[in-house]
Amino acid sequence: MSIALLIEQLLNGLQLGVMLFLMAAGLTLIFGVMGLINLAHGSLYMVGAFACAAVAAATGSFWIGLVASLVAAAAAGAIVEVAVIRKLYERDHLDQVLATFALILIFSEGTRWLFGSFPLYLDIPPLLQGAVPLPGGGRYQLYRLAIIGVGIVVAIGLYLLISRTRLGMRIRAGESDREMIAALGVDIRTLYTVVFALGAALAGLAGALVGALQSVQVGMGEPVLILAFVVIVIGGIGSIKGALLGAILVGVVDTMGRFLLPKALALAMPAAQAGLIGGALASMLIYLVMAVILAVRPSGLFAAQS
Amino acid sequence: MSAVVSREAVVNTLLALLLLAVPIAASAAGEPFYVTLATRIAVLALAAVGLNIALGLGGLVSFGHAAFFGLGGYAAGILATHAFNAEPLFFGLPGTTSMPVIWLVAILVCGLVALPIGAISLRTTGVYFIMITLAFAQMIYYFAVSWPAYGGEDGLSIYVRNAFPGVNTAQPLPYFLLCYGVLMLVLLLFWLIGGSRFGTALQAARQNPVRLAAVGIAPFRIRLVAFVLSAMVTGLAGALFADLNRFVSPSMLSWHMSGELIVLIILGGKGRLFGPLAGAMLYVLFEYALGGITERWQFFLGLILLGVVLFARGGLLGLLAGKARHG
Repeated sequence: MSIALLIEQLLNGLQLGVMLFLMAAGLTLIFGVMGLINLAHGSLYMVGAFACAAVAAATGSFWIGLVASLVAAAAAGAIVEVAVIRKLYERDHLDQVLATFALILIFSEGTRWLFGSFPLYLDIPPLLQGAVPLPGGGRYQLYRLAIIGVGIVVAIGLYLLISRTRLGMRIRAGESDREMIAALGVDIRTLYTVVFALGAALAGLAGALVGALQSVQVGMGEPVLILAFVVIVIGGIGSIKGALLGAILVGVVDTMGRFLLPKALALAMPAAQAGLIGGALASMLIYLVMAVILAVRPSGLFAAQS
Repeated sequence: MSAVVSREAVVNTLLALLLLAVPIAASAAGEPFYVTLATRIAVLALAAVGLNIALGLGGLVSFGHAAFFGLGGYAAGILATHAFNAEPLFFGLPGTTSMPVIWLVAILVCGLVALPIGAISLRTTGVYFIMITLAFAQMIYYFAVSWPAYGGEDGLSIYVRNAFPGVNTAQPLPYFLLCYGVLMLVLLLFWLIGGSRFGTALQAARQNPVRLAAVGIAPFRIRLVAFVLSAMVTGLAGALFADLNRFVSPSMLSWHMSGELIVLIILGGKGRLFGPLAGAMLYVLFEYALGGITERWQFFLGLILLGVVLFARGGLLGLLAGKARHG
């Protein structure tokens, strides 16, 4: 096992983590501010990917597609918030789970209706094609590095938005006392719609970015959604910082587990068997990590709310 | 108050008789498909009755009960495969095609798995509990997908439906009656639990855990027992479901299944004795009727579900039999 391979896998883990952060940031914001558990977040990720793929295919430009993914996901988020989600804030988590589960059915089947059952493909834009040399002799896809870069920019942008702007101040106020901020004359309904659309746009961005690495298909959001839930539960629901650290932890642990566990087991048993057992264990690893963290700290690493 | 109770009892009896009468009539008319449909209703209702112990009585929103449903199914599939191939299981134990043994194994396995999952998950509450139960179920799901010994992603076929002494399980109607009998027994059990000291404590743990602790009953232990019991019942349903389809696959363990089980309860009426049965009837009929009209039935199912959650709180039983006696 060379150093270059190890670095490559670490970068892959980081890229997965960054992508999970884009999903988890929206989820955790929506939960923190509105107290809503949104299973349909993965559908917004799918909307972003489909919008990007369709617009990029029509215009020939990935970048226009990327803008379209942000617009489409934010618009879908805003519409869903006004039509459905708004009625769920006062309900218990059970109703929220169920209503957003119904939304997944509607989004998935609706997308299949519009685009058919075959996956769409999205090419990496020419600007970001190619690879860069790694220390130790390997090469790494430029596009994946760009995703990591986008994630870092979004993380800094979100930090500045929440800690430095008036909107961010209102979001924080909404998190700690929603009656009070409403009494102070802030239009809380619009604020909620804006926060939901912001989270949706981030999910759509993640979908579009990943769409160029995988095929764009119905149901693509669900595995990511569940990983994003693991992230926010590990990080502490409502905490953006927790989402960032949780996402990177989950991304790196998952990728390195799949890479290293079979190799580690191969030291003690025949290679074929080690591959099987290692692969099975690796796919369970992040859930084990989550169980251990929750067993020690039942409200996550950086719980924002009690 | 008593009028409401008796009205619910009438509705319950009618539902139970309806589920019994339709397959018998269908079988007499030579329509075995409807018998299978009714069996599907009975088995899904059984799984949801299991979840209803935790969710309805205890207020524990487990989003991972597919884990137990699938484990029960795999218990049936694995035991039958070993018996079919005449290969011993672990420690040289033989496989079996006897349903009572399979059921016992399914129940025990689910209980043993639910104990640690419940013990860890119940340290958390609210959304965290929903998420952690989901995560445990995903863990088992991914294990089943990536472990090739029992079919991995492709699932596992049961070539001949397992046997029950004195019942010709290969025929649709006898198998339906068997499943129906199990469902009725478990509903009786649910009713007994609901009225018992344990059931009262469990409902108190949902309504006000602090007061329950103040009278000297630890909510954690009550909830853990409920969670384990609930997993056992859902596991039993899983074994029956595998035998119904003569097939078990990781889709039984998927989070969609967990969602569906919750949907059944909400459609029927949360925490009510016959809620899961009413919900399962409605769900399977939707699935069948919409599936006959349009390929896009899931789209409309989503709309209907959304409508039920937003506007028809209390589910079908809430409509038919009035509000539940206590929330």
